[in-house]
Amino acid sequence: MSLDIAFPLTATDEARRQVEICNACRYCEGYCSVFPAMFKERAFTDADLTQLANLCHNCRGCYHACQYTAPHEFDLNLPRALAEVRAESWERFAWPGAFAGMFHRSGVALGLALIAALAGLFWAISTLRPASGDGFYAALAHGTMVAIFLPAFLLPVFAFAIGLRRYWRETGGRRVTLAELAAALRDAARMKNLGGGQGQGCNYEKGDRFSNARRHAHQAMMWGFLLCFASTSSGTVMHYGLGMEAPYGPFAVPKLLGVPGGLLMVIGGAGLVALKLKAERHLGAPELWGGEMAFVLILTLTALTGLALYAATGTALVPGLLAVHLGTVLAFFLTAPYSKMAHGVYRMAALVRDAQGRTP
Amino acid sequence: MTDLTDLTATDWDVVVVGGGNAALCAAIEAAERGARVVLLEGAPKPYRGGNSRHTRNFRCMHGGPLSVLTDTYGEDEYFDDLIRVTKGETDEALARMTIRTSETCLPWMEAHGVRFQPSLSGTLSLSRTNAFFLGGGKALVNAYYNTAEDLRVTVVYEAQVRHVDIRDGHFRAVEAEIAGHPVRIEGRAVVLASGGFQADIDWLARAWGPAARNFLIRGTPYNRGVVLKDMLDQGAESVGDPTQCHAVAIDGRAPKYDGGIVTRLDCVPFSIVVNKDGARFYDEGEDVWPKRYAIWGRLVATQPDQVAYAIIDSQSINDFMPSVYPPVVADTIEGLGQQLGISGTKLRETVDAFNAACRPGRFHATELDGLATEGLTPAKTNWARPIEKGPFYGYSLRPGVTFTYLGLKVDETARVTGTGGRYDNVWAAGEIMAGSILGQGYLAGFGMTIGTVFGRIAGQEAAAHVA
Repeated sequence: MSLDIAFPLTATDEARRQVEICNACRYCEGYCSVFPAMFKERAFTDADLTQLANLCHNCRGCYHACQYTAPHEFDLNLPRALAEVRAESWERFAWPGAFAGMFHRSGVALGLALIAALAGLFWAISTLRPASGDGFYAALAHGTMVAIFLPAFLLPVFAFAIGLRRYWRETGGRRVTLAELAAALRDAARMKNLGGGQGQGCNYEKGDRFSNARRHAHQAMMWGFLLCFASTSSGTVMHYGLGMEAPYGPFAVPKLLGVPGGLLMVIGGAGLVALKLKAERHLGAPELWGGEMAFVLILTLTALTGLALYAATGTALVPGLLAVHLGTVLAFFLTAPYSKMAHGVYRMAALVRDAQGRTP
Repeated sequence: MTDLTDLTATDWDVVVVGGGNAALCAAIEAAERGARVVLLEGAPKPYRGGNSRHTRNFRCMHGGPLSVLTDTYGEDEYFDDLIRVTKGETDEALARMTIRTSETCLPWMEAHGVRFQPSLSGTLSLSRTNAFFLGGGKALVNAYYNTAEDLRVTVVYEAQVRHVDIRDGHFRAVEAEIAGHPVRIEGRAVVLASGGFQADIDWLARAWGPAARNFLIRGTPYNRGVVLKDMLDQGAESVGDPTQCHAVAIDGRAPKYDGGIVTRLDCVPFSIVVNKDGARFYDEGEDVWPKRYAIWGRLVATQPDQVAYAIIDSQSINDFMPSVYPPVVADTIEGLGQQLGISGTKLRETVDAFNAACRPGRFHATELDGLATEGLTPAKTNWARPIEKGPFYGYSLRPGVTFTYLGLKVDETARVTGTGGRYDNVWAAGEIMAGSILGQGYLAGFGMTIGTVFGRIAGQEAAAHVA
């Protein structure tokens, strides 16, 4: 008897088949959080696999260390098996379900969303031109921007909230303590699970050699994104709380946060694109490659157009660049719950859930 | 792959035969000393590394905490452990040299890319004596291939060496088949590190008897002993019992080759083990499993058709490490027997006799609990708890061969001896010479120690010879 089964397995059943082999081996215990979490179980429910799949950061250390990868008949490829389960779980959690996976699975769809958003913004800027206003408010009134972006921000937040609730229910999460949240934030802030267990990094762009390039590029993107988010938030506070309206000078808080944030995003994005081109596609979910690449590109484009807009201050390019930048941001926000952006939300949830497992 | 004409045209300093831990250590040491090295690995790239890809730790002497190792593990204690398993079948001088050298090997391994991790869950008993590789043996093999590549060692996969050309005690060339083409590769020194012969079933059957055809091979199918046989045919001195191999009892459903670690079954102490006639044949509870699992390969090998069945009930199903194959399950003992292909009636009788011989007492899975049968032959001396709570579970067991003992005799410089004394320029390392030190039995992580110590020595000596 062998482990191969005649009919094709679902992604979850295939992951279960592989995880049961891993659980009898355990050599990979030291690479990341997935294995210690796995080795506490003897049998794996669908919910266990959802949690393991979202905890996996796809560092691929376990694949290259595995004695049982193809052509071995056990045919293990855990990074891929968990990537497939992960993708399916996001689609299950997505609200509304009609959009599930739409932009995650298809780079073309994400591109079309971008074109639609750009068209919308160009239309708004060309037809809703305000009578007065300073800086980019001369091209698009503050009230119009709020009317577009407040729903564009709240809708994905709401959709993610529903998704998180579904994730928590499925994986049996408890009430979150501050200590668990802190543990998860520490792991995310350092990208511990892309560190290979000892800080040597992942096996991504150089085969079985370890490298921290992806971890560093991801850190640049993540911290850059958070700085840009903080920049926008600080602008909102200044606008409504302090009555200080844009445009802001180069040493105002939104600029001090936004410019380095944008630069980090561009550097990180360029790095992630270059690394993704070099990496072996079959160690992730190959059918998601296009959607993932489009997601990195749209994030990078968001930062790039923001920086370009700032650089063009006072020139005739502002209205056009404003439309491009805001259109990109709009497309990013509206597609977020159904694109690769979901990874940030569910992986954070998985880290918190894992911290709960570590401190029963 | 390297051009075949380049291989034959190059004047190699050191030819390394094999592609596992010992071969890589030799190649790295020689290349670091400036030698031009070619490494001939018989397996294709995905299966490179021989049995090293299935290993997980390195047994290491240490006078104080060292890397992931706790406390101390001195030369005498280490040597005592070796004497206990080999029952004296060792060369004390070589063994002690190996043990002493292991302490300096660990930092060398780390410096050449190997990463260690604290003892794996379920193996805490080894945390003082054995340093575990992060990711296991294949991760170690990967690290060494990368280091070798950085040192410009030429690596050739699917290079099956057929003959070592030695004339008047002097190595000249190896004759190999690479991707179906015969190739002669000349060199000024050779390191033989191509493992034992456990994957050659015909050889096993000749040595052990026809029963060996039913054995499973736990490791690589590429260790067929071609180089070992060629050397012995040329008069190289041998060590180790040519008829013996090390075998453990593994899941009978495991692949013929390369099943590795996951095919082990840890349920025996909590079970009764019957042969295909449904009869027990040995005390399943003799000692804790890590101390006894090595003898069960031989026990099962002597049973009809080289197969046995471990029977447990639902009380014990969670008392051991999960197995890779799910057990056969049935609600009745008779039904379980039928599913396993043994007589349900006979199995029922055996279980009834066992249950009747069990005595009340405290069952304790993780220690010798002294819960023994009375008036039963053979007795079960620990963990004898009645098998009565369904559902009932069964696993088939077969002997799984880990390695063979026959090898080339070497001296403390890893040099091989032929009919006219020591060869001028032939060294051996790893499983092909391990019988010099481990003549019998098994000591966890010691194969990697022998391979590392002798691989390094062989590489250093070969490089010094050609310098």
